[in-house]
Amino acid sequence: MTRLTYIQAITAAMRDEMERDSGVFVLGEDVGVKGGVFGTTKGLQERYGEQRVLDTPLAESAIAGVAIGAAMYGMRPIAEMQYADFMLPATNQIISEAAKIRYRSNNDWSCPVVIRAPFGGGIFGGLYHSQCPESIFFGTPGLKIVAPATPYDAKGLLVAAIRDEDPVIYFEHKKCYQMIEGEVPDEEYIVPIGKADVKREGSDITVITYGLPLHFALQAAEELAAEEEIEAHVLDLRTIQPLDREAILEAASKTGKVLIVHEDNKTGGVGGEVAAIIAEELLYDLDAPIKRLCGYDVPAMPISPTMEKFYMLNKDKVKAAIRELALY
Amino acid sequence: MMVEPISTEQQLKHHSLGLSDAQAIEMYRTMLLARKIDERGMLLQRAGKINFHISGIGQETAQAGAAYALEPGTDYLLPYYRDYSLVLAFGMTPRDLMLSAFAKAEDPNSGGRQMPGHFGHKRLKIVTGSSPVTTQVPHAVGIALAAKMKGERCVSFVTFGEGSSNQGDFHEGLNFAAVQKLPAIFMCENNQYAISVPYHKQVGTAHIADRAIGYGMPGVRVDGTDILEVYRVVKEARERALRGEGPTLIEAVMYRLTPHSTSDNDLAYRTKEEVDHHRKLDGLPKYKQYLIDSGLWSEEADQKLENELTAIVKDAIDYADRAPYPAPEDTLKHVYAEEE
Repeated sequence: MTRLTYIQAITAAMRDEMERDSGVFVLGEDVGVKGGVFGTTKGLQERYGEQRVLDTPLAESAIAGVAIGAAMYGMRPIAEMQYADFMLPATNQIISEAAKIRYRSNNDWSCPVVIRAPFGGGIFGGLYHSQCPESIFFGTPGLKIVAPATPYDAKGLLVAAIRDEDPVIYFEHKKCYQMIEGEVPDEEYIVPIGKADVKREGSDITVITYGLPLHFALQAAEELAAEEEIEAHVLDLRTIQPLDREAILEAASKTGKVLIVHEDNKTGGVGGEVAAIIAEELLYDLDAPIKRLCGYDVPAMPISPTMEKFYMLNKDKVKAAIRELALY
Repeated sequence: MMVEPISTEQQLKHHSLGLSDAQAIEMYRTMLLARKIDERGMLLQRAGKINFHISGIGQETAQAGAAYALEPGTDYLLPYYRDYSLVLAFGMTPRDLMLSAFAKAEDPNSGGRQMPGHFGHKRLKIVTGSSPVTTQVPHAVGIALAAKMKGERCVSFVTFGEGSSNQGDFHEGLNFAAVQKLPAIFMCENNQYAISVPYHKQVGTAHIADRAIGYGMPGVRVDGTDILEVYRVVKEARERALRGEGPTLIEAVMYRLTPHSTSDNDLAYRTKEEVDHHRKLDGLPKYKQYLIDSGLWSEEADQKLENELTAIVKDAIDYADRAPYPAPEDTLKHVYAEEE
């Protein structure tokens, strides 16, 4: 085991896979000489050359579309979108193309591409460097979508995404890059796509989340256990498409009270689908209404510190929501 | 038809381009087969046997000229929806095309999932396409990039209409290919209309080929009804690509002789006189005359070929008509790779 930051775990996954498979390559804006605007690809070009760590023109649809073409050829491209906010010019390539290539060709062609996209706020990024755009892609069959929260999951899910036979969008939370550290095995491993993970056992209330707010939920749960004897059960979805129905239902039935937490705004978000799955299967096992704690339904979070803080979730907001539902 | 008789002393144009007589005839055969399939497609739709047809009539010469300058089996083809001659030359069969028209299970393009004209066949290196236009252009660039990375000696050949040349993916794809000097050939089949919108309302520049200079690649304008000229420019582009000198934009100028599709009435936006004028410029009979003037072809041979192709197309239609539809529940298959 080695202690890595979240960003180091992402870099390590790309490095290990590039070492293992000459078909794996990275392309995107500033990924080469600079090593990425966040440093995610730092050192990779020195090691694997300009072709395999390719600085591209500033054109997101081409970054995605070229990666899709290369994937159809048989390569394993990792296309980096500099910020998830800038993915939208590539949505036609991702949704009309990558997601449908296997289906529309009746399984003749496939598109094993990874689209990495730094998402989320809390970094004074303003409207266009802070968004969580997963709901734009969520509900598009043919795509897989992952959003790890820990270094272990970040590495294991990226390796799994690169080896996956289908397109995977890999949302990495910018605020986790340096802030989150954890143990990562030295040997090769994957975290299977489509499997949620219980990050904390508890019997009073279930919290279902993904991404940065997982850490708020875990901190809040520890404090509530110590201070108020409320034991929260915390399920980290890790993969948001396809959702791990079994794990969601198991976690919900464990306590009968469900709080869903995500940074993306509430309306049309992943949480609504999670709630629907529980409502369809377990309504009469619930002891309280399903609650959602999410971003506000405003276009995106503003940069001013007061406004960003107001928008962002934090430990105290999650703690209050857990307490309220636990006492219902 | 104003074709000068070719003197026997003079070298035949196809010979000077390195094409054998057999190849010259094969090119004609491919075009004629495409046209027959295309004409029957329209009739089948009118007769209610199939739901939709989209035509490439009037564009066969450019497609066949290009196809024979490429290497099927080696090169990658990213066609657009009118490219019957191209996909036939790359190995797709009339049965394959009719299976697609009838949306039958055995359709190798999509298993009856996509509209006709949405080609794809991995073994033949015909890359699957969609309906939002021009998305195939960056794919062609990605394939050329991958081929370059792997040191494979092949080119990626992609077609699209002049309407598509206004899309962002055209710009982004050509720019990317030029920056990386990739072995890609971009051929615009300029048929003068994006459904109903004429060229002058789509494009501010006189020629699509002029756009190449903005990307730092050669732009070549060619008469798309002159099969041997198209052959020549595509062959040159392929050689440049294989020499590592990068991509080429080719504008093949032609005219869409049919409505946009079976859902379109073209006389709502253009005149019969205009269409008739262009019908006289059709490259297919022009090439037939060239073959006759070259002493390679005759009306008798043509009649024989017509009969042969008619029988082939009839067989394809009968076969596709009888072929089973996909099982309804196959709708659920192939969203993702099957679990092992």
